Amino acid sequence: MILAEKWELIERFLPQLWDGTLVTLQLVGLAVLIGLFVAIPLGLARASRHWYIRALPYSYIFFFRGTPLLLQLFLVYYGISQFQAVRDSFLWPYLREPFWCALITMTMHTAAYIAEILRGAIQAVPPGEVEAARALGMSKRQALQHIILPRAIRIGLPAYGNEVILMLKASAVVYTVTMMDIMGVIRTINSRTYEYELFFMVAGVMYLIITLVFTQLFRLVERWLKVDASRQSR
Amino acid sequence: MKQYKKVLLAIATALFMSAPAFAETLRIGTEGAYPPFNLIDSSGEVVGFDLDIAHALCEEMKVDCTVVTSDWDGIIPALNNNKFDFLVASMSITDERKQAVDFTNPYYTNKLQFVAPKKSDFKTDEASLKGKTIGAQRATIAGQWLEDNMADVIEIRLYDTQENAYLDMNSGRIDGVLADNFVQYEWLQSEAGSNFEFKGEPVFDNDQIGIAVRKDDPLRERLNTALQAIIDNGSYENINAKYFPFSIY
Repeated sequence: MILAEKWELIERFLPQLWDGTLVTLQLVGLAVLIGLFVAIPLGLARASRHWYIRALPYSYIFFFRGTPLLLQLFLVYYGISQFQAVRDSFLWPYLREPFWCALITMTMHTAAYIAEILRGAIQAVPPGEVEAARALGMSKRQALQHIILPRAIRIGLPAYGNEVILMLKASAVVYTVTMMDIMGVIRTINSRTYEYELFFMVAGVMYLIITLVFTQLFRLVERWLKVDASRQSR
Repeated sequence: MKQYKKVLLAIATALFMSAPAFAETLRIGTEGAYPPFNLIDSSGEVVGFDLDIAHALCEEMKVDCTVVTSDWDGIIPALNNNKFDFLVASMSITDERKQAVDFTNPYYTNKLQFVAPKKSDFKTDEASLKGKTIGAQRATIAGQWLEDNMADVIEIRLYDTQENAYLDMNSGRIDGVLADNFVQYEWLQSEAGSNFEFKGEPVFDNDQIGIAVRKDDPLRERLNTALQAIIDNGSYENINAKYFPFSIY
C-alpha cells in the first residue's frame, strides 16, 4: 500500500529523472573521452626524461589533482565570469552556459588523472620490448606508435575504467552551477516532495546501475583487447 | 573502589538535583544565508530579522535559546531529526511543507517580485518574458512559482543560494531574478545591486511566513502566544523598523 504510493511518486518524476540521467551521462561520457585525448600528450610529456618537458604537465597535474573538483568548478563558473574581459571575449557564449563550464572543468580534471595513469602505464612497458623494437630498426616514433602506446593502453585500461567511475560520482557536484543532472533533479524533487530518504535512495540506485553498465562495458573492452593475456605473457 | 563509587554517586546526585535550576534551553534553527532575515555577521554570529524575532519570542517565553544553522534544502529534515526545536528561517507556509511540519501563525507576509538590470527593457507579462532566462533559489516559493507558472515560457535556473543567483545576474548569464521582495530590496540597497531595480508589480503576494515546529509539538501554541504578545507590546514593530521603512507584518 505505502510501497505502491512511493512507487507512484517515483513514476510521476520519471521523465525528469531520465532527463537528469542523460545530462549526467553526457557530461561524464564527453569528459572522459575528450579528457583521454588531452591526457595523451600530457602523459607522454610527463614520462619524458627531460625535466623541461616534464615541468609543465607536472604543474598541471599537480594543480588539478591537488584541488577539489568543486573548487575548480566554482573557479571556472563563478570566478572567471566576474571579469569584464572574459564576458566581452569570444569565449563568453560558451562560458555563459553552465553545461560548457561543467564540461570544461570535468575534462581538465579527469585529464590530469588519466595523464598520470598513462605515465605509469608507459613506464610499466617492459624495457626489453622497447629495446627489441629499436633493435628491429623501428624509429623512436614507430616504437611509440606500434609498441609502447598499444602496450601502455592495455596496462592502463583497468585504471582508466576506474577513473570513469570516479568521474561519474564526482559529476554529482555540477548541480551547484544550476545543471539539472541526476543530483540537480533529485534535489529539485526533494524540495517539492520532502521525500528525502526515498529520492536520495533512488539517486543511489541510478548511480549504481550506471556504474554496473560501465564496469560491464569495460570488461568487454578488456576482453576484446586481451588485457589479461598480455599480462600473463609478461 | 567504594570511595570512588560514592564520589560518582555524589556527582550524579548533584547534577540531577541542580538540573531544574537551569532554565529551559531551546534551539533556534535557521539558515544564515538569507539577508536581511538571517545571515552570519563578521564575528560569526547569526543575526537578522528572523533572529531578532526568535530572541524576542524566547525572552517572552522566558527560555534560553541557542542558534543552530543548517543548509536550506535540508532544513526541514534537520528539524524533524531534532537538530533544533523551532525553525525561524523566513519559511513560507505551504501545503506541501505542512505535511512534514507544523507552522505557527505567520510572523510576516512576503511578495515575489522580479529584479533585472536597470538598463534592460524587462517587462513581466508572459509575452515579454518569453525566451528569457530567469534565476531563483532552489526549494523556495520563487523557484516553485516559476516552475508552476513559467516552465514553458522561460528557461529557469535554480541556485543553491540567493547570492549565487545574483552573481550570475551580475555576470549576465541570466536576465532577471525572481525572489522575495524584501530580499531583493536589501540587495538593491547594496553596492552590488546598484545597477539593478524592481521590474513590474509583485507577481505573487499571498506568501505567508511562519515558524516551523515538529508535528504535534506543543511548542507551537507557546510560540503563537509569545508572537501575539510581542506584536501587542510593540517589540515586533521596533524590530520591523530596524530593517524596513514599511510594515511587513
